[in-house]
Amino acid sequence: MIPRLRLEHVTKRYPGVIANDDVSLEVLPGEILAVLGENGAGKSTLMKVIYGAVRPDAGELAVDGQAVRIDNPAHARRLGIAMVFQHFALFDTLTVAENVALALPRGERIAAVAARLRAVAGRYGLEVEPGRHVHELSMGERQRVEILRALLTEPRLLILDEPTSVLTPQAVEILFGTLRRLAAEGVSVVFISHKLDEIRRLATRCVVMRAGRVVASVDPRAETEAGLARLMIGADPPAIARHLTPPGEVVLEVDALAGGEGAGLHGVSFTVRRAQILGIAGISGNGQAQLMAALSGEVPTRPHTVRLFGEPVGALGPAARRARGLRYIPEERLGHGAVPEMSLTANALLTGDGLHRAGFVRHDAAVGYAQSVIGRYAVKARGAQSLAASLSGGNLQKFIVGREIDSAPRVLLVNQPTWGVDVGAATAIRNALVALREAGCAIVVVSEELDELFELSDELRVMARGQLSPAVGAHDITVDELGRWMAGLWPGGPALGRPERAAELDA
Amino acid sequence: MGGKVGRVSALLPLVLVPRAQPSRLAAWGSPLLAIALTLAAGFVLFAALGQDPWHALNVFLVQPLATVRGWGEIGIKMTPLVLAAVGLAICFRANVWNIGAEGQLIVGAITGGAVALMAGPGDSRVFLVGVIVAAAAGGAAWAAIVALLRDRFNASEILVSLMLVYVAQLLLAYMVNGPLKDPLGFGFPQSKLFESGARLPIILPGTRLHLGAVLAGLAAVGGWVLLARMFLGFQLKVAGVAPLAARYGGYSSRRLLWFALLLSGALAGVAGGVEAAGPVGQLTPSISPGYGFAAIIVAFVGRLHPLGVIPAAFVMALFYIGGELAQSRLGLPAALTGVYQGLLLFFLLACDTLILYRVQWRGLGVREA
Repeated sequence: MIPRLRLEHVTKRYPGVIANDDVSLEVLPGEILAVLGENGAGKSTLMKVIYGAVRPDAGELAVDGQAVRIDNPAHARRLGIAMVFQHFALFDTLTVAENVALALPRGERIAAVAARLRAVAGRYGLEVEPGRHVHELSMGERQRVEILRALLTEPRLLILDEPTSVLTPQAVEILFGTLRRLAAEGVSVVFISHKLDEIRRLATRCVVMRAGRVVASVDPRAETEAGLARLMIGADPPAIARHLTPPGEVVLEVDALAGGEGAGLHGVSFTVRRAQILGIAGISGNGQAQLMAALSGEVPTRPHTVRLFGEPVGALGPAARRARGLRYIPEERLGHGAVPEMSLTANALLTGDGLHRAGFVRHDAAVGYAQSVIGRYAVKARGAQSLAASLSGGNLQKFIVGREIDSAPRVLLVNQPTWGVDVGAATAIRNALVALREAGCAIVVVSEELDELFELSDELRVMARGQLSPAVGAHDITVDELGRWMAGLWPGGPALGRPERAAELDA
Repeated sequence: MGGKVGRVSALLPLVLVPRAQPSRLAAWGSPLLAIALTLAAGFVLFAALGQDPWHALNVFLVQPLATVRGWGEIGIKMTPLVLAAVGLAICFRANVWNIGAEGQLIVGAITGGAVALMAGPGDSRVFLVGVIVAAAAGGAAWAAIVALLRDRFNASEILVSLMLVYVAQLLLAYMVNGPLKDPLGFGFPQSKLFESGARLPIILPGTRLHLGAVLAGLAAVGGWVLLARMFLGFQLKVAGVAPLAARYGGYSSRRLLWFALLLSGALAGVAGGVEAAGPVGQLTPSISPGYGFAAIIVAFVGRLHPLGVIPAAFVMALFYIGGELAQSRLGLPAALTGVYQGLLLFFLLACDTLILYRVQWRGLGVREA
């Protein structure tokens, strides 16, 4: 069989790093190929080479046996290659149909695009309303738009970069059903992931990348998860520490928190204790952002809505709450948790309240703090003067987590602690959180990764449509049950209404 | 980033390759390269105008600097440019787009001038402190209108500050035709000349260079300390490039907005005040030949750096004075100054590419695979 795509000796260098080093691989028609590797292993660069978004320094590509030089993504699309990016490339102010139309050859009317969109969406079980604006959509829905946009170009090779990170377990099953169906129709699927269980469930072949090179090509169904992890990291993965210290007194209380931007929150009340990790599950866009904004002080509330160590702090801003021991790690790293255009030293200063005195920056102290975080959390950076934007996502996340943890918080809020972070770094971050809990810190973790929440949390709650479920012990609920709660189906939870949620439940 | 590589390569054996980090060398070298290219283009331009290029460049760029007096004139032009541009650089770094420095400068001239007119014949130079403070207060008050409207009603500071320029110009016209008009001035729309106690002293004998130049230097150094060493300056920079990160850090965007506008307004006001109490010596309807607008260009050529505005203001001042000389001695059009300023900006923007990209030689005859 002629491979749909063949790569031979592809090499791509960036200043200071070789992203792809002599990579050769083949994808057959109808094959689901997984590309496994840690963040920074070169997976995304390789996919961008295939999609024409990056030109390789050396090497050759062949599509259906024909040697090609892919100049740009439009060229790739003409060759039948489509890509769904990890970071969504959608315009917030445009509707779903308008966004999709942008990726299609010119001249197609929006109404016609919308009709095709509905047809394809129905066929693959990816319900989305073409007339809605992208800014109204949850992360899961946005990804569906990305996938639909790719499918509308009728690709023969579909590349997906970390597609499951924003989906419920039920939605992941729908996606996998869609991908298997595409493969059965002869479409080649390249699936980039670092989630071992998903690769074993979905892929028929798995290429493992490490430090820019392909180190193995295996049948993932014949491998154990531990075996795959070893191939990916090159060593045994570290284990997560256990909880030993029993939770103490209540330190953070939230009472009838409501409102906020967008659809807003409805009567959110909960408490967190000393040495306790409260995990909040749920699909993004269900009020987690508003909750974190209210807890961190970025959007103040009435004083008594948020109480910290018994003191009403709802009206205080982030700096005043930091002074009381509350720290926050936001979901978005670039531009929120860190300033991309500034050095790590400056980013240490961002929340480093001890790094300035009498109005002046203590530059040496800030450099020292940044260097200590880089060293303790094994952040791969050239030094404290490196720009935040020059770090990979995982390394910047390690820096931000380290920056907040090293200031010895008594209450820590974390939104998506390991989003887009490789296994090794994710384990390091989770271990740091558990160690902090053991030291007596109260931690609120908002995450879409259920494995992570089960691993970390003492107590779990679910956020759906601005409401918070009752608390349940992390050992007292199954993944399936939690998945149903994520659709709002806990006793007394927000009723079902949206069709896509129903579709997820039927799966 | 990678997708932007090498579009030139089809034409030239050169490609632009993204740098891992912005180059500091290029950031500082770019203005120098731009000036060199401007001179080269100016050489061609003079030749095309039928002049001996060497002679013309000499008149345009060297003659103004041939005498101490010439340096003094350059310094006089630089003073209001630097004062206003330092404030604007800080404002722009904070992503606050005050483009009405001209208006703040005019109001500063009015309030500073009003105080200067109170000085009697025997008053000492201590009076000048009052003049400067009044000028700063006037400029700050004018900018405060912008801050208030932006803060309370989210009005665009660009439009509000620009429109207030015209209000300020009319206010000045009213003042010199009404309350501040010289009663013995034969009806001319101007104030009486300030008494010597309210005039800025000359600091360089044989020139007209006045104490305002020292104030401008202090403002530049102070602005640098603020941005490079102080936490408030850091907050301004964070708010400028990443407003969400500033909110995350707990930096009040309202406080920073007010600070940036009041500071730049006060500095522009001082620029107006020293212009009135310096070379002009009275209030006239044309107290500023557009210094407040020129300062916007100076701020950008000076890389929005408080010390960078000094050489930028020097080049701008040189083009002003060289243009005047070229007009009188060579009979060239007055538009020459504008052409030179435009060329400089054009080359600067092009050279700035080298901050984020480096040029790589691909070799002749080699085409990409």
